[in-house]
Amino acid sequence: MNEYYLHLKQIRKQYGDQIVLHGVDLAVNQGEFFFLLGPSGCGKTTLLKIVSGLLVPDSGSIFLKGSDITNTPSHLRDVNTVFQNYALFPHMNVFDNISFGLRMKKLSSDIIRTKVGNILELVGLPGFDKRFPHQMSGGQMQRVALARALVNNPSVLLLDEPLGALDVKLRKQMQSELRNIQRELGTTFICVTHDQDEAMILGDRIAVMHSGNVEQIGKPQEIYNKPNTYYVCDFMGDCNFIKNLTFEAVKDNQLATSYLGVQLFSEHSGVNQPNSIGIRPERIHLAPANRPDNPENKSSNRLSANVTDIVFSGHSHQITCELSDGNSMMVRVSVNNNVFLPELGDEVHLSWKTSDSILVHI
Amino acid sequence: MILFVLPLLIILVYSFIERGTYGELIYSFTLENYQRSFDPLYAQTLWRSVYIALVATCICLITGFPLAWYMSLQSESKKKLLLALLIIPFWTNFLVRTYSWIFILRTEGLLNNMLLRIGIIEQPLDILFTETSVLIGLVYTYLPFMVLPIYVSIEKMDNNLFDAARDLGANALKRFTKIMMPLTKPGVISGSILVFVPCLGAYITPDLLGGAKTLMIGNLIQIQFLSARDWPFGSALSLIVMAFVLLLLLVYTKYTNDFKSQPEESNM
Repeated sequence: MNEYYLHLKQIRKQYGDQIVLHGVDLAVNQGEFFFLLGPSGCGKTTLLKIVSGLLVPDSGSIFLKGSDITNTPSHLRDVNTVFQNYALFPHMNVFDNISFGLRMKKLSSDIIRTKVGNILELVGLPGFDKRFPHQMSGGQMQRVALARALVNNPSVLLLDEPLGALDVKLRKQMQSELRNIQRELGTTFICVTHDQDEAMILGDRIAVMHSGNVEQIGKPQEIYNKPNTYYVCDFMGDCNFIKNLTFEAVKDNQLATSYLGVQLFSEHSGVNQPNSIGIRPERIHLAPANRPDNPENKSSNRLSANVTDIVFSGHSHQITCELSDGNSMMVRVSVNNNVFLPELGDEVHLSWKTSDSILVHI
Repeated sequence: MILFVLPLLIILVYSFIERGTYGELIYSFTLENYQRSFDPLYAQTLWRSVYIALVATCICLITGFPLAWYMSLQSESKKKLLLALLIIPFWTNFLVRTYSWIFILRTEGLLNNMLLRIGIIEQPLDILFTETSVLIGLVYTYLPFMVLPIYVSIEKMDNNLFDAARDLGANALKRFTKIMMPLTKPGVISGSILVFVPCLGAYITPDLLGGAKTLMIGNLIQIQFLSARDWPFGSALSLIVMAFVLLLLLVYTKYTNDFKSQPEESNM
């Protein structure tokens, strides 16, 4: 019945009057890098702590490899955690920190020494055995925290905002290392984060959470390109919304709506009662108003607008355009020699493909 | 600085001179005062003082640690209240508080009356003027000195560390011995010193609650200065106590330094 590696069923958790988790269902596959993504207060960390056993759910059950571990105390679970602020033991050196779990299992000191040596090699800190936490940088402590959890060879590794305390450059570097380590070991990782970019870069699958519920589970591309709800669409990245529309079904499983005197098309999706369209800024094609009909451009949705703002951000230009009803649309144009760049006040044509219209209910 | 050092110097000088028949000071060098201090008669008092101070410290530690832990687990507002309650007794004069223990502990006192009425005992307990009553008085007085440093060290601890230990397979006992104990050790040590040192030199508590039987070193020194008028001998006794305390502090600082300098070495 439980073919899933880790299966959460109807997990509920309440603190006083406040419901933190409203019956969450989640299934994670073996060897997957799974992300719980959401803003602070959405219940993602609570869910992680319930998997680790540090919190007990009010109701619901947890299955790991087919056996019910709902009532297994934390210290007996085959699950380890990398804590948000590392939670390294300040009175122990790196070796003692990493070997803590192994010593609790009463392994022989020879095995412990070998395992700690191997894991330090893996996280790129060979020879750091004798250092104390306060003598290390954030990135190094992060690696030790990772090693301390991984050395126990857990069935599932839980990571609570593992890269949250690092600066941008280091975070990028740790992201790829984390990815490599996960691939090399094949361990199932469940990672909590509020950073959608991180989740998309690293995640095999993502569960987007919102006030105690899982809004959508899927591959990064699905979540980003085909969000089920307005919330997910908005949370995953910048998006232009055209609101208060009425749709009618037309040919080829498409929906049409009229807006500012033109027809806008979108593909029929599973969204209930759509009343708005979302378009990602990088999906919009920009053309000068005097020659809108570029033969290569097969986009079926077209609007004309005026450029009101242009912001340069290194890898792209962010261009804000105003439609005739005052709605503004943001367009992202990658920095490229051949690309058309308008001037402030120019009249432009915006166009995008039918498949790039995201239907949502607001 | 002079005001601090001068009395000590005077005591140092006094401890090496002789006393005349009527208590006057005779300025000629002698070690007799120190020899006398280790005479079995006085050594016994010294030993008793160390013993009582040690037992009082242990009782303070055993009761103070759970109390400090309990306090640290409370909500912020309740923590403040408990801390205030811990400190309130200091607002009243120490002498008055110690006298009130006489009323509690004496044969027809509060404690005996209550126990008799409830029927737990049939004969009133003779607690007052025993070692027990001195211990009660000392523990009562110095318990806050134990609780506060331990409380601070528990507060400083990151609660995630317990979760981390639990996550790594440590049961409750292991979490206590491997995480809590080492991390609160500085608090326990400073608390113990803060209790042990004043207990060793205590003289009001044993004087009032200990009667004539439970003489402590503080009383002995007091007697030498005030009643026996043997200032040189009293000075020698106080310097011995001071040396003892200094030795203890030295061990403490050496120990804490070792704890801290260890990482620096491996940094090289």
